Amino acid sequence: MVKKITSWLSVGLISAAALSGCNTQTSEKQESAQQASAEAEDVDPRGQILALSCASCHGTDGKSVGIMPGFYGKSASYLKNALMEFKNDERYSTVMGRHAKGYTDEEITLIAEYFGGLSQQNSK
Amino acid sequence: MGQKFTRRDFNKLFIAGAAGSTLGVFGGAKPLFASQKRVVVIGGGFGGASAAKYIKKLDSSVSVTLVEPATTFYTCPFSNWVMGGLKDMKDIAQTFDILKSQYGVEVIHDEAAEIDAANHTVKLKGGKELKYDRLVVSPGIDFNYDAIEGYSEEVANTKMPHAYQAGPQTELLTKQLQDMADGDNVLICPPGNPFRCPPGPYERASLIANYLKKNKPNSKVIILDAKEKFSKQGLFTKGWDKLYSGIIEWRAGSAGGKVMSVDPAAMTVQTASGPVKGGVINVIPPQRAGKIAFDAGLTNETGWCPVNPITFESTIHPGIHVIGDACIAGAMPKSGFAASSQGKVTAASVVRLMQGKVPAPPSLVNTCYSLVGPGYGISVAAVYKLTSDGIVSIKGAGGLTPMDADDDLLSEEATYARGWYNNIAQDIWG
Repeated sequence: MVKKITSWLSVGLISAAALSGCNTQTSEKQESAQQASAEAEDVDPRGQILALSCASCHGTDGKSVGIMPGFYGKSASYLKNALMEFKNDERYSTVMGRHAKGYTDEEITLIAEYFGGLSQQNSK
Repeated sequence: MGQKFTRRDFNKLFIAGAAGSTLGVFGGAKPLFASQKRVVVIGGGFGGASAAKYIKKLDSSVSVTLVEPATTFYTCPFSNWVMGGLKDMKDIAQTFDILKSQYGVEVIHDEAAEIDAANHTVKLKGGKELKYDRLVVSPGIDFNYDAIEGYSEEVANTKMPHAYQAGPQTELLTKQLQDMADGDNVLICPPGNPFRCPPGPYERASLIANYLKKNKPNSKVIILDAKEKFSKQGLFTKGWDKLYSGIIEWRAGSAGGKVMSVDPAAMTVQTASGPVKGGVINVIPPQRAGKIAFDAGLTNETGWCPVNPITFESTIHPGIHVIGDACIAGAMPKSGFAASSQGKVTAASVVRLMQGKVPAPPSLVNTCYSLVGPGYGISVAAVYKLTSDGIVSIKGAGGLTPMDADDDLLSEEATYARGWYNNIAQDIWG
């Protein structure tokens, strides 16, 4: 099994390596592209990948167009508190309690910080 | 499985990998292209459109080309609502306008004819060739018509629709239901596992029963199943008893449910217990990965595509990521939601790989709503993570609508099912 996971990782790493080789001949176009994505680099990739799941029901970036509550613009502390309450069955829900139980307290913090940070970035 | 691998060991591998990448220890490899990174995505459904949108959203410098034959994509989710008369085709129609205008995805309405994995090229039916640094393949399913004697694509398109790819098939089955004489029965014949949308046939039975109850009170739905049990069975059965007593009959595979052959002229299906006649016959044949995945050699002996569970990169052809129904994703079901979740994880991984970084550990989700009646919804949810056993559902999380749910909760679930559709469609195509 150890071998299996190592091989999953090495596939990814070799691919990363093949492409990171590009850096030695960075074009001007790439430099500007890298600057453009500098904002994305500040984001914790773990928080990002956890948070992408939420958008399926709550809209891209938490901007809901359906009956599900949107949470774009809410603070990290508000979101963390709400998710912890769902997780601990302290807040009524149909399905959110079932979802929130799938995340550790640390992961809930990462998700809350990701969305909290999103609206902060844009309000600058 | 041999030696047990702890979570801590597992995390260490990620950290070690990240450090190695940052220090540039792999710097010797040659780049494929010196200029802008190019991603081609095959398939504009739940998986492919999600991947295309999110790659652009996470790194707008990457060039993304989406190849999808249809200019309007009809979603399988909610197509049962159309058959039951609760929605119109236009309600399940999605277009690619916003992906183009707002996200800068290049959309080519053509069919991918051939993948040249060695030369990183996709040939389109129209003759065009697309070069890629990374390819995302999200082809959905293909049908194994030969598994049922007498059944074929032609039979599906004329007499016995599968309606398991939304569009003309949905319209055909809907029209057949409307034209059916009161007193005739509707047969629904679901396949064995694995197949797309495990609760799909049973939501379909529910909404057709809802339609029959009002419009053809002497007709009923008979489900001739290849399986011994099915998704959300307890919840569906409870709902059927309440709403459609005597209108829905389910026969397990071992109780004469399994369909061996069909006779389109006589409008009958053959089971171990003899022939069964139907006014409308919906045959959902066994499935495999979409044709292009098959042709490109991305499938294994199961008929589905093995992938690296961190990046969804094919374990057969490097540089090609396979997502959605076509891939083997551990405990995840073949659902539109799962495909979208995989599309987003793949987008994040592809972007990080292209930036020379190690992908983050994947976190995936599935939420699947089914309507038993217009105001009666049920759901199943799961959160998935990667462990040494592959992609597993996290214990203690997820699960079904409670069996003792009251009418208010079931009604709320039905309301959220509608909200779910609006938001997931927006998150993917909007």
